[in-house]
Amino acid sequence: MSGTALAPDRTRSLLQATVPLGLGLLVLAGFLVLAGFPVMPAVNALWRGAFGSWYAFSSAALVHATPLIILGLAFTLGSKAGAINVGMEGQFAAGAIAATWVGLHLGALPAMVAIPIVLAAGLLGGAVWITAPVILRIKFGITEVISTLLLNFVGYAAVSYAVTGPLQESGRTYPQSDAIAASARLPQLSHGSRLHLGFVLALVTAALLSVLLRRTTWGFRLRAVGAGPRAAALTGRIPLTKVAGVALLWSGALAGLGGAVEVSGVSYALFQNLSPGYGFTAIAVALLGRERPMLVLVAGVLFGALEAGAGAMQRDAGIPAVAVQVVEAVVIITALLTARRSA
Amino acid sequence: MTLRLSRISKHFGTTVALDGVSFSAIPGEVHALLGENGAGKSTLMDIAYGMIRPEAGMIEVQQRGGVALATPAFASPREARAAGIGMVHQHFTSIPAFTVSENIALTAGWTETGRAAERRAAHIVARLGLPLAISAHVESLSAQMRQRLEIVKALATDASILLLDEPTAVLAPREVHELLEFLRGFAAAGGIAVLITHKLDEVFRVADRVTVLRRGVVTLTGVLAEQTPHSLAHAMIGADLARPIPLKAQPGVVAVEASRLSLTRGGQLAVVNASFQVRSGEIVGVAAIEGNGQRELLRAIAGVDDVVTVAGTLEVAGPVAFIPEDRSSEALIPSFSLAENLLLGTLDQSSWWLDWNAIRRDTQALLASHDIRAGGPESQAATLSGGNQQKLVFARALARQPRVIVAENPVRGLDIQAADMIQERIRAAARNGAAVIMHSSDVDEVLALADRVLVLRRGEVQDLPSDPTREQIGDALLAMAAAR
Repeated sequence: MSGTALAPDRTRSLLQATVPLGLGLLVLAGFLVLAGFPVMPAVNALWRGAFGSWYAFSSAALVHATPLIILGLAFTLGSKAGAINVGMEGQFAAGAIAATWVGLHLGALPAMVAIPIVLAAGLLGGAVWITAPVILRIKFGITEVISTLLLNFVGYAAVSYAVTGPLQESGRTYPQSDAIAASARLPQLSHGSRLHLGFVLALVTAALLSVLLRRTTWGFRLRAVGAGPRAAALTGRIPLTKVAGVALLWSGALAGLGGAVEVSGVSYALFQNLSPGYGFTAIAVALLGRERPMLVLVAGVLFGALEAGAGAMQRDAGIPAVAVQVVEAVVIITALLTARRSA
Repeated sequence: MTLRLSRISKHFGTTVALDGVSFSAIPGEVHALLGENGAGKSTLMDIAYGMIRPEAGMIEVQQRGGVALATPAFASPREARAAGIGMVHQHFTSIPAFTVSENIALTAGWTETGRAAERRAAHIVARLGLPLAISAHVESLSAQMRQRLEIVKALATDASILLLDEPTAVLAPREVHELLEFLRGFAAAGGIAVLITHKLDEVFRVADRVTVLRRGVVTLTGVLAEQTPHSLAHAMIGADLARPIPLKAQPGVVAVEASRLSLTRGGQLAVVNASFQVRSGEIVGVAAIEGNGQRELLRAIAGVDDVVTVAGTLEVAGPVAFIPEDRSSEALIPSFSLAENLLLGTLDQSSWWLDWNAIRRDTQALLASHDIRAGGPESQAATLSGGNQQKLVFARALARQPRVIVAENPVRGLDIQAADMIQERIRAAARNGAAVIMHSSDVDEVLALADRVLVLRRGEVQDLPSDPTREQIGDALLAMAAAR
């Protein structure tokens, strides 16, 4: 019974993910024609940059995908409980600052100890950043959409302050931190590839979240609060504000983890503009993945590939990388439309 | 000029709102349209005003000059206004931030604005004899003045047929008197006033003729002088169904005990000084007109929602099962599967790890034992019919072997078969020792189920003698309505 009920559902989800992408690429082609760029070389570069070689796929696409997946899962966790965390940029920044700060001081510890500490610092940094919105929501009913969004700008400012003040490199020349201790860096998965342990962490997080939401009472209560708050309160006797607040707190923590993974896996130091808008693109990733962790994973890889391909397109065909944002925008809008249609 | 509605029918989903209703009103009369909540009064008038499109029937308006207009339906209120019909709704429809004259201009579709509109509005107000501060903002007006504005708006387009939906609900007694005087004058000048109400005293103070609706059919129509309060109450509450012989409950121990209980909700006093008991094995029906505290009382017993006990005590033996009024938002999560919805009601018994195979098995067993027609445990709750949804809600509630069952409008919106089945479930639960307290806005439903009836009047509980008649309940409810 359950098997037959699930199969068409899966097919439909897959269809809903591929149709928007196709449409997005079509619109991109249209724009390229209008702007006078040759279409085929551009699309060719886009493809090569994303999937052209194992190196391109693993070192560019999957590396870009890693933060998008983690942040997409962070958004999913909140929205499953009916809480919309649009402050992932800020929490990402807070997680990155915290991870950098501890990462600079862990030289004496072995990687087995140092890495968990760095990641924990990221989780904590993100959680701290979303604490105020959670309290405002629980105590005063202030919508988290506004409070988390506003804290993004504070997050950007905090990074600027950190890299020009307390965390600035010893040389005091550039607005960036020193590199974190070697033992605090995430190891690369294979020699000669930039793909790091953070991607595995993203996979594990997706699987874990999937199990938590489907298989545990905690996840069920969380989903009930998001899907039917009145019934959850009256029939399930679930404390709405508490469950949504905890979900939001973990959403912020996960976003902070994303920042820690980026610092310890890719940049090894804190920079301004560490995130090229991951916190917003990840919302699209979550929506495209229909807020199911394993689909969010697929959507994250897809968007990571697009970002990687955009870089190649700029290098090889001279087309501004922002053109890919057209694809992303079309994908998001079509995905939302098809989701509405099927709801 | 006359208004005639012939054989009007309208369904909402599976619920019959109007079933071949005919209604006519003639110039110079105040015509009362009487009935309980949900009898179809508002639906009928909304159809006459072009807000609802009927499935069958004919609307005829005979103008003064003899021009007749007949149509299966008005497409919009604008068409109805063009035919000389104006309506005053139960709820205010003015824009609070606009001035009185702006609101009138908006409804009447004037092209004038500012001073010109104010002059025109002042003229109308004077002609109607309904003084109003023309340039005041509506938000600064009292309820009486806001309603006066609604009447002016309805008549601004020279309507000669005025429909009013429970207009006295928001008024103080003196203001009610003024309104009724105005309606008499309006009729005396050759207009038609149709007054929707469930208050008998108003009918006798103002109406020339009366039409009574009950469950979507006309049960009485005629000259008021030939009627008595008793005959009208009879037509409203009905006596056509034989009351089922109550299986005399064997009341056991006290399961619910309220003692001088007062409840508030959102700071508003909802139940005052209520004392009563419900024993295991008996079904207590709560009869009340909407908004008299029954919702708060039942939810306090169920221990849900933000109802606050401000005085007295309420003792309830657990576990309590609650059947909320709104199935699709309060009892079920429509986007969840049946298995998930079953789990929602039995959460406190489960561990942190969910055994979906066991939950699905339980769901399958429940679907079979309660004759719930569904695809299976994985079907979405939204795909079930209303009757099957309610059966699921009951099955889930009974699975916890509750000692107390609290039910709000348990058979509302269900077809007869499903309603019978649910009622039988409630009786069976009581026979098995549960204490049941239920409310229905339909007195027949209360009578069909209850061993004992409590009437709630403005938050005050009135215990009726055992085996009350429809008339006794009707009198109690209507006396309450008149006192409001």
